[in-house]
Amino acid sequence: MSNIPANLKYSKSHEWILEEDGVFTIGLTDYAQGALGDIVFINLPEEGDDVTAGEAFADVESVKAVSDVFSPVTGTVTAVNEALLDDPAQINEAPYEAWLIKVGQVSDSEELLDAEGYEAVVAAEEA
Amino acid sequence: MERKTPLYDVHVEEGGKIVPFAGYLLPVQYGSGVIKEHMAVREQAGLFDVSHMGEVLFTGPTALDTLNHLLTNDYSNMPINKVRYGVMCTADGGTIDDLVVYKFGEESYLVVVNAANREKDFAHMSQNLLPGTKAEDISDTVAQLALQGPKAPAILKKLLPEDQIPKGYYTALPNVEIQGMKCMISRTGYTGELGYEIYTSNEDAPKLWKVLREAGEEFGLIPCGLGARDTLRLEAAMPLYGHEMDETITPLEAGLDFGVKLNKEEFIGKDALVAAGAPKRVRVGLEVVGRGIVREHQDVYLGQEKIGQTTSGTHCPYLGKAIAMALLDAAHTAEGTELEVDVRGRRVAVKIVPLPFYKRG
Repeated sequence: MSNIPANLKYSKSHEWILEEDGVFTIGLTDYAQGALGDIVFINLPEEGDDVTAGEAFADVESVKAVSDVFSPVTGTVTAVNEALLDDPAQINEAPYEAWLIKVGQVSDSEELLDAEGYEAVVAAEEA
Repeated sequence: MERKTPLYDVHVEEGGKIVPFAGYLLPVQYGSGVIKEHMAVREQAGLFDVSHMGEVLFTGPTALDTLNHLLTNDYSNMPINKVRYGVMCTADGGTIDDLVVYKFGEESYLVVVNAANREKDFAHMSQNLLPGTKAEDISDTVAQLALQGPKAPAILKKLLPEDQIPKGYYTALPNVEIQGMKCMISRTGYTGELGYEIYTSNEDAPKLWKVLREAGEEFGLIPCGLGARDTLRLEAAMPLYGHEMDETITPLEAGLDFGVKLNKEEFIGKDALVAAGAPKRVRVGLEVVGRGIVREHQDVYLGQEKIGQTTSGTHCPYLGKAIAMALLDAAHTAEGTELEVDVRGRRVAVKIVPLPFYKRG
């Protein structure tokens, strides 16, 4: 059973979101890292890049496959966790600490799920 | 509908993440993950279920002649209990499959083929048998476990007297008993590491798995899935059917010259291979020097000129870097040549390096 902290919001495409003062911090959920397996490479946007809700902003590669990471919000990247570029395995080790990007000037958002709603999404995929 | 190997329940019990592969439900990894499984094989030992592999028994007074007709390698003068690699070609020289041949008697050979090609291979073999040879697909009655890694000999020594363990690389012992289970043990593998492949009956396979797991525990043996099998073979630059070879690629293009005996009197595909002359494209090794991971079927460029495609690629856990194999124009295959690969629209810098990427010390 994967870890789904109650204080975060979630997208159906397995990103977690923490909103603080209009800044959205985005990462990959525990379920996502488990499904991907050992992550060995990540491509991230740069500070100042625009991201769009529902569109890919990064790609992560595990030993076996590449997957897109989708933005749950539309806005501008205000910070990038560059430590992940050298050590993407942090996402496997501590998915809720290894944030990918922070997004500000948010103008649009997908419908975000709470922990309970996301747990149902995960349960459906595991079935 | 995918088939299950006799070890399916064992994989589920061991925490295997099951995926469909070559018509079978097999574990892609277990709880420890691909990197730990890969490293276990390089440094201690790993246990794989490879029961999906196909086995065809060739018997009869002309069995040897049939193999020499069907396959590119020469199986004459092969000692009993010896194993020899080979390729099966179309009349055009394309690769139908790559395989290994075991000799157990002057009129008795076992051919082990890729699971995905089993039906196709057996049909081709059956159509091209010489009178006096019988070919029998026994795949469904045979299970196969691969025990791979530097600790593999020590693990087997706990279970068997030394004379029951094959010593030479590519040799086998057909009548070994492990705790009453009849096995054929062969010193072969697909990891680039020292190891064994152990064939047994479907009925005994789950017990054999448990016996090996227990014997291996003190040596750090862990179960390994298809993910590690692929990264290990890639790091060792071993070709995989459907990637480095297929019916549009000749074994000479794939760099398998050592298993193609053009001086042999005759084999299916020989005339086409001889007529084609030196291959116009060859398999090379690439090391990624830019940022990214190169995968299969990505275009390779020298400046603006497209000179070929990758056939496999991944991040290699032991070497700690991204590598790939590619089929490139023979004119541009010098070691050290700097090239670029189109990775989903982004150019990633690579250079040609010698194969294999990893060789056991």
